[in-house]
Amino acid sequence: MGLLHTVNKSPFESNTFDTCLGYALDGSTVLLIEDGVYAATIGTRASEKIQQKIQSNNDVSFAVLGPDLQARGLENKLADGIKVVDYEGFVNLVAEHDSVQSWL
Amino acid sequence: MAIKKFMYTNRKAPYGTVYALESLEVVLIGAAFDQDVSLAFIGDGVYQLTKGQTTEAIGQKNFSPVYAALGDYDVNKIYIEKESLEERGLSLDDLQHLVWEDEDEDWAEKDSIRLVSRSELADVMTEQEIILSF
Repeated sequence: MGLLHTVNKSPFESNTFDTCLGYALDGSTVLLIEDGVYAATIGTRASEKIQQKIQSNNDVSFAVLGPDLQARGLENKLADGIKVVDYEGFVNLVAEHDSVQSWL
Repeated sequence: MAIKKFMYTNRKAPYGTVYALESLEVVLIGAAFDQDVSLAFIGDGVYQLTKGQTTEAIGQKNFSPVYAALGDYDVNKIYIEKESLEERGLSLDDLQHLVWEDEDEDWAEKDSIRLVSRSELADVMTEQEIILSF
């Protein structure tokens, strides 16, 4: 499989998320962690971009780290099409992909 | 001691960086000096006040319940920028309901949160004597 991309910055504070989307090719997964989880919440421009990406290329997957979403009180704001993973799931994603790009 | 108008501006999301917690600690320390305090939540700062924060799994202290105690320290002017909230797909219902008790009106419970537009908040900011940015 392709790359696992992790994004840990808020999409409102930095362009990391946008840059990452441009690099997410077939077989890759984008995992939102820490302040990156805000991109996974409904009613934001970032989550609209995720929906567009899913529609234009269903070979790119999106995931969000559940503990970081819970910490921020936003579990009930999760947008469609984004899988929630725990720390074990994070490890599995790392193992399943060829390599990891940790966008900072 | 002369009373001055203090504003703390909060623009960072909680937990990802230490700004939100540091700001809250400074506000609580400052509250001991009986100043005229306002808090402004702008941009990602509005995320500091979301309901239901549960931090056990990330191994960090959940400091969100402390905001509810601010009213007891006479910190009761809490400005939320409307544009920031809307851009994030949030409404006031997603945030904690913060109140204070008015000593001059038989301890009547009043809302601490004031939802204001960017231009309204700019006016309030202009009235301040000391602005601390987090």
